[in-house]
Amino acid sequence: MDKFLEWLKRVDFPTLVISLFLVALFFVAIFVKVPIPSLLSDSIRRIGMNGVLVLAMVPTIRAGVGPNFGLPVGIIGGLLGALISMQLGLSGFLGFWVAVFLSVTICVGIGLGYGWLLEKVRGQEMMVGTYMGYSIVAFMSIMWLMLPFTNPDMVWAIGGKGLRYTLALDKYFGHVLNNFLKFKVGGVEVPTGLILFFAGACLLVYLFFRTKVGLAIDLVGQNEKYAISSGVNPKRARLVAVVLSTVIAGVGIIVYAQSYGFLQLYQAPLFMTFPAVASILIGGASIRRANIRNVVIGTVIFQTLLTISLPVLSQVTRGDVTEVMRLIVSNGMILYALTRAPREAG
Amino acid sequence: MRVVLEMRNISKSFYGNQVLKNVNLTLHEGEVHGLVGENGAGKTTLMNILFGMPVIHSTGGFEGEILIDGERVNIDSPRKAMEYGVGMVHQEFMLIPGFTVTENIKLNREITRENILSKVFGEALRTLDFPAMREDAKKAIGTIGMSIDELAVVAGLPVAHKQFIEIAREIDKKNLKILVLDEPTAVLSESEAEQLLNVIRYLASKGVSILFISHRLSEVLKVSDRITILRDGAVVDSGPASKFTLSEIAEKMVGRKLENLDLPPRTKELSDEDIIMSIRNLRVYMPGETVKDFSIDIRRGEILGIGGLAGHGKLGVANGIAGMYPAEGEVYLEGKPYKLNDASYALRNGVVYLSEDRRGVGLLLDESVEMNIAATAILAFGEFTRRFLFFTLYDRKKIREHAMEMIRKLDIRCKSPSQIVRRLSGGNQQKVCLARAFTLKPKILFVSEPTRGIDVGAKRLVLDYLIELNRKHGVTIVMTSSELAELRSICDRIAIVAEGRLSAVLPPTASDAEFGLAMAGELQGGTQRG
Repeated sequence: MDKFLEWLKRVDFPTLVISLFLVALFFVAIFVKVPIPSLLSDSIRRIGMNGVLVLAMVPTIRAGVGPNFGLPVGIIGGLLGALISMQLGLSGFLGFWVAVFLSVTICVGIGLGYGWLLEKVRGQEMMVGTYMGYSIVAFMSIMWLMLPFTNPDMVWAIGGKGLRYTLALDKYFGHVLNNFLKFKVGGVEVPTGLILFFAGACLLVYLFFRTKVGLAIDLVGQNEKYAISSGVNPKRARLVAVVLSTVIAGVGIIVYAQSYGFLQLYQAPLFMTFPAVASILIGGASIRRANIRNVVIGTVIFQTLLTISLPVLSQVTRGDVTEVMRLIVSNGMILYALTRAPREAG
Repeated sequence: MRVVLEMRNISKSFYGNQVLKNVNLTLHEGEVHGLVGENGAGKTTLMNILFGMPVIHSTGGFEGEILIDGERVNIDSPRKAMEYGVGMVHQEFMLIPGFTVTENIKLNREITRENILSKVFGEALRTLDFPAMREDAKKAIGTIGMSIDELAVVAGLPVAHKQFIEIAREIDKKNLKILVLDEPTAVLSESEAEQLLNVIRYLASKGVSILFISHRLSEVLKVSDRITILRDGAVVDSGPASKFTLSEIAEKMVGRKLENLDLPPRTKELSDEDIIMSIRNLRVYMPGETVKDFSIDIRRGEILGIGGLAGHGKLGVANGIAGMYPAEGEVYLEGKPYKLNDASYALRNGVVYLSEDRRGVGLLLDESVEMNIAATAILAFGEFTRRFLFFTLYDRKKIREHAMEMIRKLDIRCKSPSQIVRRLSGGNQQKVCLARAFTLKPKILFVSEPTRGIDVGAKRLVLDYLIELNRKHGVTIVMTSSELAELRSICDRIAIVAEGRLSAVLPPTASDAEFGLAMAGELQGGTQRG
């Protein structure tokens, strides 16, 4: 019992509250006879789908830059990679990997620029990142209409110019990861490839933070002066962290899109940031400290909550409560983390 | 002569650390009373008590009593102090940069006129009478013999002017009886300081009693009628200024019984031929600790002390060499030119630095003991690493082994190597810093304020370990410290820095008076010794 209490003390308060809420929802689900296996399948799929985007928060938080509120910057890079792969008419795994490779290349480039900008506004990264996200999405909304893509599956049917709002991926790399080694146990569908990819990405980031470069980023985030006295160039370390985060975001959106089956352009990238920030915070991270465990726990709790609340709460109440709840949980979580930050810093 | 102020048996502690012990002070009408002492002797705290500063009352008040004109008073806020006629010119400027000279001088004592609104809503809405205020400001500035435009904005003025405006503000107070000047000449040039001393004499002749605090002993001696010397929070001597000479004051300020550490013998004698690092004309731009011109030759295998008063640049030397603050000058390491402004270059060449700001610079407070010990070595030398696939990772097992060995060797009291450093006591934190330094295999170790904020027992251990590093491992040590006694107990020679320059190099056996004079920058021909 003492051990349990000890463990309880170490769990983050909001993590605990939201987990308890989740357990309560499960009981209600059983009570109102919502099919549990399909809920679980959905949850697992959504975890793998969103996990990589949440992972993109780790490098910037650890570098002391705060959660990457400029996630759309990386997402744009990822979308460009995916679009070029589609334009080339590549399908299946080939299409997927080419998209990933291209997006990494593009994201390194724009990540360097974004990192340079953040260094200029040191101390205001979260605010500037948010507006940077809005700006680049607005800018790209124009570019989607002007870029010379010609694939008839991608451009508007009438007029033949400009990219559509949503592009179906089923002829290209849609569901390639989800369907890889997919199996079913007792009605629960497990998208093995998707989960493996997420796990692999987590492992790579974990290993990265045990290299010299990763350690340098950690030191800069914890105590810049200590880092300098250890011979680290803090500007360079932060730049590496921002580039890494941008690259992961780019790969993350490709994983998301293949699982969803569609590529969403125009305003869509804006709506990826807050859920991703909220997820890692729910997992017990703060805006100054984060690790892979926070990513996994946070994504699991947040996505399961969203999946379960829709069918369960629509049985109990009327109307679409889920969307409201998603907003309350994600924005509330970010607000909580931000108010808590100064105390931790002191 | 009439006694204006009497402070009786004043004692004060901050968080269990006693900074004033039974201090008595009397001030006569129209006298200039010099108050001298080292940093941390308690001068500023005593004045804060007199002025009712909030820092005193938020930390539990003080013991003893204050009498003004023979009456017991309770000063619990600066406002009260002003009502009793106490004025204070602070070490830091308490001026509002965006306001004009006039507004600053008359701040909160503005001259006002009635208007309609104030008749209805009360005093707070009365109109400011600028012409009258300007007139007053002009008069106050005139009194101190300055010609400053009373309508200029304070922000752009030279520091000397700011200092004079502060004094003008106090003079403008009509009931001023006692004026406290805390280091008023620190930012002034010699001629400006001279002018200020004249103002002080003039004010005294008008019947204002003045408490004058300064590090510049010659000034104190010149202007004061009586002098009180504080050391470690107690009055060591007090009397008419004519009773003291410069060196007597210096000796009494510094004098401390020496703690004798038995220093083990060296295997190899120090030699002036074998110079490990030679520093020429070093300038370091460290805010508050600027080094203006520092040159010295460090002999291989010695323990060199660097002492001096706070703010005179002794801390800047190590910070500059280690690349923490921008530095210029010529430095040679073992005869080869040494690159400044590059912390990584310093580390790779065996120049290791332990910061005076242990918690701010020296440690990762929320990281484990073992990472604190190993992180720098991993980054600078790639130690404790192994290959895994195409990554070079740090190896927790190797780090743990090393950390365990250091914990044993230095007797670091922690629950486990994975405990976070924030939870350790100051002494143990310092030991972690030393373990980190040792891990870097230094040729020269720059260590600043190694015993600041740690208890007596731990102090001893830290010093012992430094001696062990020096004697057993042959590490050359440059120790910077505010505690002269500590420097004298382990150093082979001690360089004293004053006003950003090397003032003297003294042997640890030099007299208290010599150290005191060197710190004040007034020891003649001291550089030749040692």
